[in-house]
Amino acid sequence: MLALNVFAQQIAAETAPKVLLALAVVALVFGIGVVFVGRRSAKKPSSGQTLTKQATESPVAVASARDRLSKVRSSFAGAITTALTRSAITQETWDELEEALLRADVGVATTSRVLAPLRELVKSKQIVEPSDLSAALRNEMTRQLSTSSRQLNFDTTLNAPNIWLVVGVNGAGKTTTIGKLSAQQHALGRTVLMAAGDTFRAAASDQLDTWAQRSGAEIVRGAAGGDPSSVIFDGVARASAKKIDLVLADTAGRLQNNTNLMEELTKVRRVADKGAGKVTEVLLVIDATTGQNGLTQAKQFAQATQVTGVVLTKLDGSAKGGIVFAIETELAIPVKLVGLGETIDDLVEFDASEFVAALFN
Amino acid sequence: MFETLSDRLGGVLKGLRNRGRLTEGDVTEVLAEVRTALLEADVNITVVRDVIERIRTQAVGATSSTALNPGQQIIKIVNDELVAMLGGEMLKITYASHPPTVVLMAGLQGSGKTTSAAKLANWFKSQGRQPLLVGADLQRPAAVEQLRVLGAQINVPVFSAPGDPVNTARLGLAEAQRIGKDVLIVDTAGRLAIDAEMMQQVKEISQAVQPKFTFLVIDAMTGQDAVTVAQSFDATLSIDGVILSKLDGDARGGAALSVKQVLGKPIAFASTGEKLDAFEQFHPDRMASRILGMGDMLTLIEQAEKVFEKEKAEETAAKMLEGDFTLEDFLEQLQQLKKMGSLQSVMGMMPGMPKELKNAQIPDDQVKRTEAIIYSMTPQERANPELINGSRRVRISKGSGTTVADVNRLVKQFSEMKKMMKQMGGKGMLGGKRGKGSKGDGIPDELAAALGSRLGPR
Repeated sequence: MLALNVFAQQIAAETAPKVLLALAVVALVFGIGVVFVGRRSAKKPSSGQTLTKQATESPVAVASARDRLSKVRSSFAGAITTALTRSAITQETWDELEEALLRADVGVATTSRVLAPLRELVKSKQIVEPSDLSAALRNEMTRQLSTSSRQLNFDTTLNAPNIWLVVGVNGAGKTTTIGKLSAQQHALGRTVLMAAGDTFRAAASDQLDTWAQRSGAEIVRGAAGGDPSSVIFDGVARASAKKIDLVLADTAGRLQNNTNLMEELTKVRRVADKGAGKVTEVLLVIDATTGQNGLTQAKQFAQATQVTGVVLTKLDGSAKGGIVFAIETELAIPVKLVGLGETIDDLVEFDASEFVAALFN
Repeated sequence: MFETLSDRLGGVLKGLRNRGRLTEGDVTEVLAEVRTALLEADVNITVVRDVIERIRTQAVGATSSTALNPGQQIIKIVNDELVAMLGGEMLKITYASHPPTVVLMAGLQGSGKTTSAAKLANWFKSQGRQPLLVGADLQRPAAVEQLRVLGAQINVPVFSAPGDPVNTARLGLAEAQRIGKDVLIVDTAGRLAIDAEMMQQVKEISQAVQPKFTFLVIDAMTGQDAVTVAQSFDATLSIDGVILSKLDGDARGGAALSVKQVLGKPIAFASTGEKLDAFEQFHPDRMASRILGMGDMLTLIEQAEKVFEKEKAEETAAKMLEGDFTLEDFLEQLQQLKKMGSLQSVMGMMPGMPKELKNAQIPDDQVKRTEAIIYSMTPQERANPELINGSRRVRISKGSGTTVADVNRLVKQFSEMKKMMKQMGGKGMLGGKRGKGSKGDGIPDELAAALGSRLGPR
């Protein structure tokens, strides 16, 4: 560690071109240090014995999405009501409003940004009642949610398959979202093909296969560990040959700070466009429990793949998904869909005013 | 990206510099910044309030020390407090007197239970145990298949049976006893904390297998809701410890602090990569620095680990210490460095980097230009830059589309760097110490020192 500090000092003293040299050295030192530790012995996967028969998956009992949502809401009601039953707007009123937004994962910067215009209105006595303040805040937030279309882009004039690419971090719900999307598009009378571009996670394409069967879609799978770009390219080629309308392309979950995997995704996006079809939608899947890292996710994925819309999943839980407010208002990426459960119909259009109302409940 | 705590405090503390003590007013101002930093790291707001109060008492009381300036003191207090809150009692893994020792995995959908179950099995294996994995997630399509594939990779058997998850878990226990496995890890379906029916189901699984350890798997990216989730699962299952997943991301991971604080249960393991051995026992000190955004050595080390090839690195190291590091080697370094991400982000992760340098734009074409110059040299010139005379300079600059001055600068700096490294090699700083030191426990102190000196008077 001492060596590192010396380097840091050294770097500090130098000018920009020299920084390169010094950084290279620092990186090298890291590399060596890490290698010398040899902490992680490479373990080669070997074939293990499995003991049992294949399990069957039981589909979940169908419960109404609205029911579930209202259950959440009632259990979380009251966070903000105390603030609004006061007779005058005090510092406490502001604190409670702020807290409600922060608890919903809206974020510190975004929260002060939405509250700022209201503070002006209160100062100039245009708002005096706490209840008016609440209404004004909701209106303001609903207004700030971009007015750009939340419709999924499907180009009917295209004489080739539309391609919707689904991206996101690990465990966000990409595969499940594709399953639901497939069922809905199928119901609209479109023919669907799934391209199992997640060749990394164990059994990801089996999971997708189950959804393909449930939703009446075709599927193209690649070898485990294969090149995702080529799987998706093949999927598009097959869809084009069979005159299928829509290709839903799954990708492996990846953390946005993993540069190599993000570059892989850029390539997937580029290659998908090369064949007969055209990428008309890149959906970023964000888990509603995600905190402030969601904004970084959106930035990085947008940079890598030109994201056209956000799908907010798992909103039927106790999390409010407030980070998508920041994503939409700061990055102008519209939230298009909301996931509310595990069954095939639990994917609904995003409703800005309903979402904002739920943030405060 | 978010500002680091030291950046934030830098502004506030500027006005206070040459004063020995912090007044109560100063402390309030400083704590407002600490609060923002914690909230941006996703620490639950209730927990933040708690932390701030603890720090306030200490900060007002402990300001008469002459050894540290106010900035250093605040950073130290905050860091120490977080380490204390995150740490405390460690989870000690003990084994049941009548095997198998049963471990139950629970958590939300997508938090990383299945992967963590396999990683945990691998960990038990490394402890000389013989685990059996049970796939009781019969809900998510192909979840059992996923567990089977992972099990095969680490050579751990996987049991599952169709039908009812409670029964599957029970059968798994019987199977472990039958084939004489001493650790049983039960993977369960992801469930929402507010789904009463599903929570009842996992409770029944727990009653059926009587786990010695119940782990809650929490995604490091989780926001404010982590507290609600942890409380609900604890109320239903009485959690013994937490597994923090996806810590190889760039989330600050404030959820760890929230969960630790509300449950009072230790964070046992952290999952730090896609590979099945990227799983380790939790380090409170590293987590504290991370939440405060004080540079992320760990990420840097891990990224370096990913891109550097062992043999090459060792070879170059030897060369470096002997002073015959060539431009060819330098080029290679530069290329590996590029693989670690943008130079800006690498700089950002280095603790103790001065702010001016962090903000200095290093255009990526600077790297390209440097590369171009080296590419325009002959192998002899790369190995022995002294060869480069006036006419060679002109040729190189033409070849690389740069100026003679650029070529001169590079050659000059390179020879200075070589000298510097030779000196270090002589002092033995690189050879022995590095190996033991990296990933060790010295990091936070180093960090505090580095940060402190940045905050001090200039």
